[in-house]
Amino acid sequence: MTASVPAVATPSPSLADTVISTFARRRRIAIGIPLVILAYLTYAAISFDIGGLIKRASFENASILLSDFWSHKTHVTRDNRTDTVVVAIEGESKGTYPDGMLPDWVTIAGGVTTIDLGTGHVVTYDDAGARFVVPSYGTIDIREVNGKPVMTAPEPIPDWISVAENKVSVTTDAGRFNYSRSKVETFKYQAGWELWFFTLDSPFYGKGVGELLSLATFGDRVDPARTNIGYMVSEFWTNKMWRHGDVAWAIFETILMAFLGTTAAALVAFPLGFLAARNFMPLGSMRFAVRRLFDFVRGVDGLIWTVILARAFGPGPMTGAIAIAITDVGSFGKMFSEALENIDEKQVEGVQSTGANSLQRARFGVLPQVTPVLLSQVLYYLESNTRSATVIGAIVGGGIGLLLTQAIITQKDWEEVAYYMLLIVLMVMLMDSLSGWLRRKLIKGE
Amino acid sequence: MADTTFGPGADQRLTLADTRESYLAMTRRKRMYGGILLVLFIALMASGWSVSEERNAGGFVNGVPQLFDFPAEVFSEAWRDRANLPGIFWEHVPALIETVNIAAVATLLGALMAMSLSLLATRGLARWPRLVGLFRRTMDGLRAVPEIVIALVLIYVLGGGPVPAVIAIALHTGGALGKLFSEVAENADLKPVEGLASVGANWSQRMWLGVIPQVAPNWLSYALLRFEINVRASAILGFVGEGGIGHDLKLAMQWGQGRYDNVVAIFALLFITIVIIDQVSDHYRNKLVKGT
Repeated sequence: MTASVPAVATPSPSLADTVISTFARRRRIAIGIPLVILAYLTYAAISFDIGGLIKRASFENASILLSDFWSHKTHVTRDNRTDTVVVAIEGESKGTYPDGMLPDWVTIAGGVTTIDLGTGHVVTYDDAGARFVVPSYGTIDIREVNGKPVMTAPEPIPDWISVAENKVSVTTDAGRFNYSRSKVETFKYQAGWELWFFTLDSPFYGKGVGELLSLATFGDRVDPARTNIGYMVSEFWTNKMWRHGDVAWAIFETILMAFLGTTAAALVAFPLGFLAARNFMPLGSMRFAVRRLFDFVRGVDGLIWTVILARAFGPGPMTGAIAIAITDVGSFGKMFSEALENIDEKQVEGVQSTGANSLQRARFGVLPQVTPVLLSQVLYYLESNTRSATVIGAIVGGGIGLLLTQAIITQKDWEEVAYYMLLIVLMVMLMDSLSGWLRRKLIKGE
Repeated sequence: MADTTFGPGADQRLTLADTRESYLAMTRRKRMYGGILLVLFIALMASGWSVSEERNAGGFVNGVPQLFDFPAEVFSEAWRDRANLPGIFWEHVPALIETVNIAAVATLLGALMAMSLSLLATRGLARWPRLVGLFRRTMDGLRAVPEIVIALVLIYVLGGGPVPAVIAIALHTGGALGKLFSEVAENADLKPVEGLASVGANWSQRMWLGVIPQVAPNWLSYALLRFEINVRASAILGFVGEGGIGHDLKLAMQWGQGRYDNVVAIFALLFITIVIIDQVSDHYRNKLVKGT
């Protein structure tokens, strides 16, 4: 501090040198660290093959994904050999319109199928072939000549029409259209997740909220054997497309895994924590052994435990719960023993002065001090384990993690993936606020 | 009670016995609540375990004897082929490096994201005080999405490789570290910031020169802890998705017998790496937080 030596007008040369050299060193560090980070990131970018990744990246997949997140498509397919027309949501058998039931934008009359894609786009299937009227462009006419589709359309052919020898594809904003030798397909995109409440074979499909309400309250029974509201709930719960019942069970299983794993780990780690704390375990070798056990259990890592346990217990939520429990025994043991070493000895001495034995000292001198700390750690882990349980579920085959990976592997049901993702995020947020609420309630004491 | 003239009559006055009585009643009530909670908790645990066992493919009682069958099988085979082990170790080292690299890059990117997000979300330091809530919710959202969800979706879009895992872990890290960083930054001394403001420093200069030097040790310590967590996450993501040592483990497991020497080598590599990283990071975190 130069201020304390006012007599000196300029700092001594040695002090100035020190300050300047410190500044220079600081400056070198300030420039050096970002440079090192940048060099490391460059190395990582090369070793991760970023260039190849950009080439491989499929933006078409990304757009399919995004559009499935908020919309669904309906397939109108004609088999060119049998001349049968099938209308199915997402092309799935579970979403196929039964005979005699069609969406209002499809009409079938005397072998002619008319599909109104909206904004003037109209597709017609007839005996000769198919026609697609695109406003502001013209009519794309496809006829079958010698078993091959032959297209007539206004020249020049734009790039959203692709013509191959046996196939014609048209992509417009209103929908997509494919004509091949075996079949003609039209895809219409509509917003929303279709059939979320009731599937097409349900008597409640397509009814408005008011209609459903009146049915539920004082309408005539649709099925004389049961009440309408019970019927509705069961139709919703067993929805074949979205499987709400199974999904609810999966979420429940995931939360169960996290709850059982965390609590079991805490119960096992609590007594072990005493054995690893310096002030409760005078025997150094015992302490060392328990601490190395914690390190070992933590080091082996959840992944390896999960793999080993899945072999012994088979797939399912119990395996996941045990895997979470074993991994967390290590972490909890370490944290509990640290908390126990940091207690205030005065309270223990006070209890001891009344003649309490060691168990009573622990109950009345130690427990009240450490409970809030331990409880808060356990609750924090409960929330973080809900996320782990999702991943572990994907490995051991239980819970929402399994449903999510299955849905992703099929690479088709992206609306289900979006639904599960939404549910997982909601579940984690719910557990987050639940654990926060419990922490406030139990620790700050209300 | 000093004044006995006013106050309730002698018969209604609290005597020592009453105090004792009410204290005991309170203790009894507390014990009863505690007991009820305990019973409830035990019931929850018991029913939870029985439900989870019911829905498990194999039961607990049947599984326990088999618990050591698989490790025993694996280790006996590996012991038979122990001559191969050193070679197999080297074979898997590149994958291990990839796993650690995924974790390191993700931690780095996540920490950089967390740095800016946390400063923007801390009251008193925020660049735009009105948007503090928005940035906080952003961090909550990033934290809530499990890595596996983002990773699997990105694998579909970007194809395999380590990058989906990096992005997934980095996003989660950004949210998780952002919250911790912001808690540290809340306690930062504002005087250097005011001093810098008085000489005309802009927001980024105030943060870079006034706040970051104060919070750097704690932030680094949290980032190291996160790195430990991310190494594990990266191994698990490799198993579920693609890339790194987790993927090698999955391939070796799917192969089954005949590749168990690989399984043992991967287990050992993973174990050693995690223990080393834990120890090193523990050492430096102690140093950072408690001072050198």
